[in-house]
Amino acid sequence: MCLGVPMRVMSIDGETACCEIDGVQRQASLMMVDEVAVGDFVLIHAGFAIEKLDEEDAQETLRIFRELIADGVFPE
Amino acid sequence: MSGPTYTREFRDPAVAQKLLAGLHALVAAAGRAMTFMEVCGTHTMAIYQHGIRSLLPASIRLISGPGCPVCVTPIDYVDHAVALARRPGTILATFGDMVRVPGSSSSLQREQAAGAAIRIVYSPLDAVALAVKNPAAEVVFLGVGFETTAPTIAGAILQAQAGGVGNFSVLAAHKTMPAPMAALTSDPELQVDGYLCPAHVSAIIGAEAYRPLAEQHHVPCVITGFEPIDVLQGVTMLARQVLAGEARVEIQYSRIVKPEGNRKAREILDQVFTPADARWRGIGVIPDSGLAIRDEFASFDAARRLPVVVEEPKEQSGCLCGEILKGKVTPLQCPLFRTVCTPEDPVGACMVSSEGTCAAEYKYGGG
Repeated sequence: MCLGVPMRVMSIDGETACCEIDGVQRQASLMMVDEVAVGDFVLIHAGFAIEKLDEEDAQETLRIFRELIADGVFPE
Repeated sequence: MSGPTYTREFRDPAVAQKLLAGLHALVAAAGRAMTFMEVCGTHTMAIYQHGIRSLLPASIRLISGPGCPVCVTPIDYVDHAVALARRPGTILATFGDMVRVPGSSSSLQREQAAGAAIRIVYSPLDAVALAVKNPAAEVVFLGVGFETTAPTIAGAILQAQAGGVGNFSVLAAHKTMPAPMAALTSDPELQVDGYLCPAHVSAIIGAEAYRPLAEQHHVPCVITGFEPIDVLQGVTMLARQVLAGEARVEIQYSRIVKPEGNRKAREILDQVFTPADARWRGIGVIPDSGLAIRDEFASFDAARRLPVVVEEPKEQSGCLCGEILKGKVTPLQCPLFRTVCTPEDPVGACMVSSEGTCAAEYKYGGG
């Protein structure tokens, strides 16, 4: 029941955002998140954005994964 | 498909293999067994779906705890919902999982077949919209779920209030998370060496909420995401803590979860709900582990707004859901599993809910 899907904000109208991922679009309330801009990723649960996704953090993790595959070193 | 999704990237088999090799090497030298518990139905499903148990070192055992909201909801709540569904002029709106849960003598599915107006919705806001569209009816939303979902129900109540929607109410049975984890840790029959803490509950409550569990009960806690690579990383972080003799709260799922959680969501939650004792199926009453609608919002509380007579609760005999929810018994140890109790004809909530442990075991078997 706690499933949430990261989606990109395509447009904002007042407290409602239109979000998209893999061609699927949905409206979501921005009542619970601050300072969301078009282009941001938000986590959607039951019609609400419940948190902003930290893209910098995620990209850093993915960079470590790429290094891990490249040189086989287990990350500390 | 182009561009990141922040889900697909965390399912890369090449990364999973590297992480697994590291984990096998880490625990091989240790020579001790470890039991880790997850307390979120979405983790239960992810672990089964990706066959993670079969990939882990034999010394690491993963067990499921009381993380499926539908499964931990006591039978008298279902009976109450059935009584409301029978009330003339009432439309019952709910997340899909609740519809098939057997009550003492009926279920919402049976009531729907008998003519009750039951609507499955994706968001509690859809239920508010339903109330606007049907001004002559009373629309009741079944409010179940943990801290991830409870703020969305609070948000819907606030929106209904702001919009002057007078025919919308919620039958609330929300539960909150750290309390049952502490209760299970104190159970002498259970040995839990670490918790994979729920991903999206923690997005709301933050890492700080688990600190007493780690510090007072000395159980390592790692807030872990729902993708297979997240789970493998989370398990590795727990194993490292165990081997180092530590008990800290760590965040594996840092792309979403902040140490302080989502303050704004908690304010919305606190505006509408107040902590209350709650009864968990299989565990019993745990103080301050649930949420009650505040008196100021009594007109949005279906239990107070629409009094109905609810039948005496009668639990199904032979069903081991309660023990399964505590992680003491696996579905395969239940005599009803796959014989009397199947997804088509479920006896207990753990088989009904798509993210119940029995449903996951039935579908993915042995994962």
